Amino acid sequence: MSIAAVYTTAQDAAASPEAAASPCDIRIADLRKSFGTHQVLKGIGLEIGRGQSVALLGANGSGKSTLLRCCLRLLEPDGGQVRLLDQEMTALGGGALRRLRAQVGFVFQRHNLVPRLSALSNVLHGVQARRGGPQSWFQSLARKEDREEALHCLERVGLADQAGKRADQLSGGQSQRVAIARALMQRPRMVFADEPVASLDPAAGEEVMDLFVGLMRDQGLTVFFTSHHLRHALGYADRLIALRGGCKVLDGAAAEQDMEALKAIYTKVEEPPS
Amino acid sequence: MSENAAVKAGAIPPRFERPGILAFLAYLLVIAFLVLSIEGSQLSVLGFFEGLPYMADLFVRMIPPDLSRIGPILSALLETFQMALVGTALGVLFSLPLAIWASKRLSPHPLVYYAARGLISWFRTVPDLVWALFFVVTVGLGPFAGTLALMVDTMGFCGKFFAEAMEETEEGPQEALTALGARRSGVICAAVIPAAMPSFINTSLFSLEKATRSSVVLGLVGAGGIGIELKVAMDLFEYPTAATIIVCIFILVLLVERLSSHLRQRII
Ligand SMILES: Nc1ncnc2c1ncn2[C@@H]1O[C@H](COP(=O)(O)OP(=O)(O)O)[C@@H](O)[C@H]1O
Ligand SMILES: [Mg+2]
Repeated sequence: MSIAAVYTTAQDAAASPEAAASPCDIRIADLRKSFGTHQVLKGIGLEIGRGQSVALLGANGSGKSTLLRCCLRLLEPDGGQVRLLDQEMTALGGGALRRLRAQVGFVFQRHNLVPRLSALSNVLHGVQARRGGPQSWFQSLARKEDREEALHCLERVGLADQAGKRADQLSGGQSQRVAIARALMQRPRMVFADEPVASLDPAAGEEVMDLFVGLMRDQGLTVFFTSHHLRHALGYADRLIALRGGCKVLDGAAAEQDMEALKAIYTKVEEPPS
Repeated sequence: MSENAAVKAGAIPPRFERPGILAFLAYLLVIAFLVLSIEGSQLSVLGFFEGLPYMADLFVRMIPPDLSRIGPILSALLETFQMALVGTALGVLFSLPLAIWASKRLSPHPLVYYAARGLISWFRTVPDLVWALFFVVTVGLGPFAGTLALMVDTMGFCGKFFAEAMEETEEGPQEALTALGARRSGVICAAVIPAAMPSFINTSLFSLEKATRSSVVLGLVGAGGIGIELKVAMDLFEYPTAATIIVCIFILVLLVERLSSHLRQRII
């Protein structure tokens, strides 16, 4: 491996007493996932402390989305452990799995809003993290306090005036902000984001990243996001983790990375002949 | 292979590909069977031309339509439409859970999936007139039998198309709701059904048109509606009354089709 793994953050955590006391929100060990014969994750291990903002880097197809999906078991990993918020994700099923997912906000690359429903209904869906039933499906059936909370979440992303608009009539940036509001409605304890601004133009992307990271960090939430924008990773994360060829090749404080090491992440991996 | 070679040489590909020997035999068989079928269906040009004067005669005898029985005819027509409406409404209602079980992504279990698929195709393949006969025997003569037949027919039609519509919905919103801890019911009701709604409405309206046309015929086997009036009028050679009935049916079907296309444009 040409790139030395730097492990400054973990060392920092061990060194400073109050950081050591802060619990670990994400703890992944030996996570493996293949599609057919293609090994996408070859035993990934990482730990993320509460309140950190961590960027996951890697070239296209390096397995960033797969890693995030495996964490919430939207994809079933082939092996390894995932502990989220001190619960063994891989051991849960049914209601317990749902309750743990409910505590993790997830913003996708494509906003993934229900196109024919209003922005308000889409935000309201976040309440399904706590409660199911018809009152959580459409804003017209929702409880008064839930509608008010949903509107408040829209307010926080600056879209209170678009509450009644259909999701498929919003711009890309607005849609992504509605998706962020839906995650807020969930009242999450940490948030994942998978290339949240990859489908936006640079200006809108910057705006949405500012909003997203700002809102989540204000609440002291752990943020774990993927990006293929080095600038975003360096600007919005305390710590960078990189994947290359199915392995973790870099893990360290964002401030201490030099450009050469970061660029090496994106060099082509020689696949062994199968 | 041969096409590639032709392209490489810069030649224009042939207008028609020469079929393989098996394909050629298959074409031959199909044509032979078609010729035999003409024999089997007793198609006869002579018979058609010999029938023409009788057709003209029947047509002339229908004119002018006899309006003396318009009251009972209109009430039978109303009954026909009510059968179609209620049968479609019930059918659409029951199609929804059936279609959820019959769509791969939403079905709770592969066994449920295959059972639901099987039921739907069984409902579809048995013709509505046969369902009507079945219900006439089991629940008795009258519009209730017809309504049940239309309901089952609608379930066969809507079950299939509802399931397809739900399978074609985007997976993204469903994954987003799953990721935030929603139940299966929440994902279906909040993400799948709203996305498939235009298709549901479209299919249901088609289904209503189809049921209106079917409901006219069901009366012939005693399953209620105007069909029986038409049969009696024809059997008693009351052609002017039959003409009135036919015109009434025509107007009903036309109205339902217009209404349905109007609603389709409004809603979607
Ligand atoms: N559902 C899937 N089926 C088969 N292969 C997949 C699937 N999802 C992802 N892959 C493959 O796994 C690799 C990693 O994909 P992904 O995690 O989306 O990468 P990234 O998000 O880093 O661009 C890619 O080579 C991709 O082709
Ligand atoms: Mg990706």
